[in-house]
Amino acid sequence: MTAAESGFFGRLNWEAFPIAGLIQDPNTNEIVANAAAGVVIVGVVAVLGLLTWFRLWGPLWRDWLTSADHKKIGIMYVVFAIVMLARGVLEGVVMRAQQAAGPGEGFLEAKHFAELFSTHGTIMIFFVAVPFVFGLANFLVPLMIGARDVAFPVMNQISLGLTVSAGMMLMVSLVVGEFSTGGWTAYPPYTGAAFNPGVGPDYWIWAIVVSGIGTTLTGINFAVTIYKLRAPGMKFMRLPMYCWTIICSSILIVFAMPPLGVAALLLAADRYLDFHFFTNDLGGNMMNYANLFWLFGHPEVYLLVLPAYGIYSEVFATFSAKRLYGYNSLVIATMSIAVLSFTVWLHHFFTMGQSALINAVFGIATMLIAIPTGVKVYDWMATLYRGRIRFSVPMLYGLAFLMLFVIGGLSGVILANPTVDYQVHNTLFLVAHFHNVLLPGVLFGLLAGYNYWFPKAFGFRLDEAWGRISVVLWTVGFMLTFLPLYFVGLMGMPRRSYSWEDPSFHPYMITAVIGALVILAALLSVVVQLWVSIRNREQTRVPVGDPWDARTLEWSIPAPPPPYNFAIIPRVTDRDDFAAAKERGAAYPHPDRYEDITIPRNTSIGFVLCVLSGVWMFALVWWIWWLAALVTVMMILSFILWTFQTDTEEVVSAEDVRRQHEAWLDLVRNATPVTRDHEGAPENTGLARPDLEAAT
Amino acid sequence: MDRHSELHRRERRRYVIGYGSSLLLTLAMFATVHWFGIETRGVYLTIGLLGLAQLIVQLVYFLHIDRRRSSREDLDLVLFSTLVLLIIIGGTVWILGNLAMRMHMPVV
Amino acid sequence: MKPAPTHSYPGLNLGRRHAGAHKATEVVTFGFWVFLMSDLVYFGLMFGVYITMIDAQAGGPGPHELFDLYSIFAQTLILLTSSLTVGLAMLALKYNLPRGRIVLWFAVTLLLGLSFLVLEIRDFMSMADKGGIPQRSGFLSAFYGLVPLHGLHVAAGCVWLVVLGIQLRVMGMTDLVVSRMVRLALFWHFLDLIWIGIITIVYFGGLTYG
Repeated sequence: MTAAESGFFGRLNWEAFPIAGLIQDPNTNEIVANAAAGVVIVGVVAVLGLLTWFRLWGPLWRDWLTSADHKKIGIMYVVFAIVMLARGVLEGVVMRAQQAAGPGEGFLEAKHFAELFSTHGTIMIFFVAVPFVFGLANFLVPLMIGARDVAFPVMNQISLGLTVSAGMMLMVSLVVGEFSTGGWTAYPPYTGAAFNPGVGPDYWIWAIVVSGIGTTLTGINFAVTIYKLRAPGMKFMRLPMYCWTIICSSILIVFAMPPLGVAALLLAADRYLDFHFFTNDLGGNMMNYANLFWLFGHPEVYLLVLPAYGIYSEVFATFSAKRLYGYNSLVIATMSIAVLSFTVWLHHFFTMGQSALINAVFGIATMLIAIPTGVKVYDWMATLYRGRIRFSVPMLYGLAFLMLFVIGGLSGVILANPTVDYQVHNTLFLVAHFHNVLLPGVLFGLLAGYNYWFPKAFGFRLDEAWGRISVVLWTVGFMLTFLPLYFVGLMGMPRRSYSWEDPSFHPYMITAVIGALVILAALLSVVVQLWVSIRNREQTRVPVGDPWDARTLEWSIPAPPPPYNFAIIPRVTDRDDFAAAKERGAAYPHPDRYEDITIPRNTSIGFVLCVLSGVWMFALVWWIWWLAALVTVMMILSFILWTFQTDTEEVVSAEDVRRQHEAWLDLVRNATPVTRDHEGAPENTGLARPDLEAAT
Repeated sequence: MDRHSELHRRERRRYVIGYGSSLLLTLAMFATVHWFGIETRGVYLTIGLLGLAQLIVQLVYFLHIDRRRSSREDLDLVLFSTLVLLIIIGGTVWILGNLAMRMHMPVV
Repeated sequence: MKPAPTHSYPGLNLGRRHAGAHKATEVVTFGFWVFLMSDLVYFGLMFGVYITMIDAQAGGPGPHELFDLYSIFAQTLILLTSSLTVGLAMLALKYNLPRGRIVLWFAVTLLLGLSFLVLEIRDFMSMADKGGIPQRSGFLSAFYGLVPLHGLHVAAGCVWLVVLGIQLRVMGMTDLVVSRMVRLALFWHFLDLIWIGIITIVYFGGLTYG
């Protein structure tokens, strides 16, 4: 069947459902595939059922899905990221189990294994790391810079909608059809129509294109928010370090997402319209694809890790009870990394055949990045040095990061040498390297941030004991799983192999699968921690809002914050303004007068575009042309109709603001201040007694 | 009212100057090709410079990008974008040109 | 009446009316600039792809057989003139000229945009007649990946003009509509900049090196 002659349902038919395969040929591989599809279906039915049972549809719609409040959008991002994280981790465990089965053994078919590593990579990068990073940024950035919302609240909602609908496509691909087998990078010509005529690469393409648009809009939004909406007095050199990393990360998005869009869309043109960008015949050049993809791919890893650096900077400063050491050098290092990240993309394809000169240039550029990164590591250690350190959960993640990330970074410097790269490229050494930077670097940072800011978002602290268990499990699980891969990689085991023959790999593979199970336990411990914390929330409430004696503006307001964030926009006079105010005894000022506050009104455009773009992607994947055309028109029309709305803001009256704010100020006045040593105790209601000795 | 129309006239003149110079540069471009053909590197260099000049003219006269304080942010943004573009386009052409040469594909 | 001090953006005359709206417009306009730069990277990469694929003609028709410089010249003049007319619309907006004048300049811009598109599509059709279709070679794929992308932007700009016309009718000259006009003007100027790149690199570059 060609694209032109597809019928009413396009190329969708009975064979597309995994159950068909199970009936025709029942084997372990099909059972795993069907179990995965079953989990998705049961999960969806269970969520819908629970929502109906508890009559939550109304509140869900009013308070969440149509909200343009940056805090709620941020929380929805994080929830989405954690759901996708669960799938990504499970896939990782299945892959490690397959490889641990022994030489020539295993329960999966090669194709199924290839689908697993493709979805695992795609999900972890685009639907875990990105939404988690920008979920936290959504919640935090306006609070940290003293703003009422992001620059474009509705665009923010649309970004979320597009990211979620793209992520849902990966879930749909489990139930209808198949996903790409081309890895998260989807290199043609393998993913071209000539070698891969099925729907797999199409699912990948449209998920990437749509989520890429969402991410680009987010990048624009946050660049403008930090650039233009800072509170009076918040000069650039007074920005919290976290905001510096977010603005750099946003700039990276603005300039690095387009190459991904170009690569994916040109691949789509090849597959759908028979163009010849990357084909083997008629002048196509697949090397163009590798070049375009990594023009995106390298800045991408920095746009993920920079915000994590920002989180660690805040965590180290707060839990050492010190100012961040070397703020200026950290700012310069962050910006240098952002710019340098545009100059190193070729190190992802050293072996493609370009001259030694080009390889050397890009190899040296890559090694240069180690300099600003090293500056950061020393600054963090100097922040700890002679600080009054509390080994709280975020701090423990930070310490695990410091030690493990240096290993990952140094293995990156090793790989930056083209001669070494020729030996170990495409082996598990590489897999070990990037997991070693992504887990301790990005994921631990995000989990540290989750533990650190959770009380601000929900008004109660997370359980410390389970948090500590979680840290240990993640750290041990990571080391058991990925450190052995360095060794098998050096021994020559190729990445992405569903089967292998050399018996000397076996012990390493066994160790790695044990590690994978520990990581699974770590994921469960995060869920248990949340469950226990919700159960015990009455003992851990922190309504005053500053449970950790922290330093930046977001801690100077109630937890959870009101919809308008700040009753009075603060005037900033210092870096770490809130810490300075506490030292002066000037925190929690009583405002002279209140003003009306405008906040964005609820709107359904984000949800509408989420659903429509989902249908649009599905129609394109399955060649249902009439539906794709219809939905395209509907998307354009619904957007145009939305631009006719003028009633987009609502006003909170000064009187309401006064009432709420004064009630909270009363709470502050009556709360008992708690010293750093009693942070974990029930009497910590979020009012800190500054530790003046440590502060000086 | 006078000052108003005076400013208006001055600003309109800016647009007309921008339009006129762009027009001249366009004409120069096509005239160069018409008279000298397009096969040689020298002619192409001329055309490239004329195109660049027109880009700058339009940035200044139509988009009001200059070193005035009020448009400094936009200037910074445009300059940074230019830097990134130069890196990625220059790098792309360098890498793929080199690959084409080494694979004995027709050289760009 | 005294006009607002010279602003960085053409037509930004909100300062006198409403300080809050002025600040909001400034933020939105800056955001639009950032978007344009992101879009610029899209175009830049397509230029890069085109440059690397000039030689990938695979025995198919090349620039010398396909490009019609007279038509390109006409398109260039039309787009350049439309850039002037959109600028004049902004001036009319800024100096509070009668609304009819603003609408007139926008209408002329729309007309020029549409005639540009007609000429461009005619070009594509005559190229296709000579066998110059994107399926023929890598070079033609790169051409059709870039030039129609610009055309698509112009078409989107035309739709935007129409929608703004309707909004001016329905909503009146509100701050929101004015701010959108400012952004549309930016977009339109930006498209002319891209077009200069296209004639220089795609057409003349193609003829020189293809």
